[in-house]
Amino acid sequence: MTDAGYDEWLDAIDDGEGYYLECPEGHGMLPPRRVCPHCGSSDLDRASLPSTGTVETFTICYVGGPDFEDEEPYATAIVDFGDVRLTGVVRGTDPEDVTVGMPVEARVGTNRTTGDDLLVLRAR
Amino acid sequence: MTGVRVAGVGLTHFGRHPERTGRDLFGEAALAAREESQVPPEDVEAVNYGNFMGSLSERQGHQAPLMAEMAGLQCPATRYEEACASAGVAVREAVKAVRSGEADVVLAGGCERMTNLSTADVTEALATAADELYEIRAGMTFPGAYALMERAYFEQFGGEREDLAHVAVKNHDNALPNEYAQFHRAITVDEVLDAPMVSEPIGLLDACPVTDGASALVLVSDEYAEANDLDAPVSITGSGQGGDNLALHDRENLAVTPATERAAAEAYADAGCTADDVELVEVHDCFTIAEVLALEGLGFYDAGEGIGAARRGETTATGERPVNLSGGLKAKGHPVGATGGSQIAEMTRLLRGDHPNSEYVEDATLGVTHNAGGTVASAVVHVLEVDR
Repeated sequence: MTDAGYDEWLDAIDDGEGYYLECPEGHGMLPPRRVCPHCGSSDLDRASLPSTGTVETFTICYVGGPDFEDEEPYATAIVDFGDVRLTGVVRGTDPEDVTVGMPVEARVGTNRTTGDDLLVLRAR
Repeated sequence: MTGVRVAGVGLTHFGRHPERTGRDLFGEAALAAREESQVPPEDVEAVNYGNFMGSLSERQGHQAPLMAEMAGLQCPATRYEEACASAGVAVREAVKAVRSGEADVVLAGGCERMTNLSTADVTEALATAADELYEIRAGMTFPGAYALMERAYFEQFGGEREDLAHVAVKNHDNALPNEYAQFHRAITVDEVLDAPMVSEPIGLLDACPVTDGASALVLVSDEYAEANDLDAPVSITGSGQGGDNLALHDRENLAVTPATERAAAEAYADAGCTADDVELVEVHDCFTIAEVLALEGLGFYDAGEGIGAARRGETTATGERPVNLSGGLKAKGHPVGATGGSQIAEMTRLLRGDHPNSEYVEDATLGVTHNAGGTVASAVVHVLEVDR
């Protein structure tokens, strides 16, 4: 399946050229978007995703869906990258060692169950 | 504009009925509501039916006409889908239809069949209420989503898992006499704290169960109730709905639920009441933290203050404002597409005085129901009042 907008975005993260969309008011969002969900502006431009974000909240998931059965237990985090946040699986550290405020980088890894690309938040 | 009365309510037992079809569950609830209302079938002008995951759990789309058929009704039928708030929305649209004069009688409710699926498959089906590209693919489950909100709440406002354990203990206690409830088992704070983790910091006893069940209400106009001499002392006097960004990470603050605030503001204004007038509440406690977020969103507590409410005894059956006297989603059970209708059925019974827990709210005249979809990207609030 092709998901235009999302697929290019994930490829860009994989190439180290991650981005997000930004409106003139400085609201950040993830593609595909035609209008800003916060202010309604349709003047959206790409902005560079900062190389490092910080964990704002996280959970250690012991019971995942069928697509994550080879990953359990795993940490899912919401990470603050300034004007935009990302949700992803934290790798590069034990789930028990994840903390709020921890710095991570957005990368692309492989879902161990399905083999699909996966947004990974890698501990620095 | 006419008022809207609850002429009859119907519920199935909430629990594990893996062998029963959704159509049979809804048929049971709908016929019970019809019988209680004494409204003849030819007078029912529409069926508003809530269902979330029937296309996944039973491979059955286009469910509404089937459900009208199972209820013995020949009228237009529409399915409403708003994740766990599906039936709340179905009821709200029925209220609008009656108020507008479009219909005098609408049967509203919902159904969900869930326990025929494995835990992994039900987890996957529930997760479809989140953002597929940016949350589900990233491994977020529903317990996981609320766990993310719970930790954000702790970080911002303080509080601890033990505060939330009191919510679970309270709701299990409330479910004990409820014949429709999935759990008839008192639990302790220590049991909640020691239960296995589902998605840390949410443990198994912080989470509502997986449930099969159905709910139905016969809603009628004031004029119809009077003309047909119906015994329908409970009215829906306020209705409101709020929305928010679907994905958690797109919201400004992860520890508050503005969709609930918006729905409550609209419903209170509609009913001409304030939060202070509310004497009892049924809220969407799919996880213990969800009850806290709801109580704050509904305006009973400032943000950060609701977490201690159960522990302080303010929301218990004998507290100043009992919350989830039915047992809530936590202990009564949560058949997703049926829940919003079930809450109104339970509130109706509580206010009429024929609920096993009515003794705690004998003099109450005004109650509120709160039904949420997803991580509260949708919220529906109703105000119910009884003639005394």
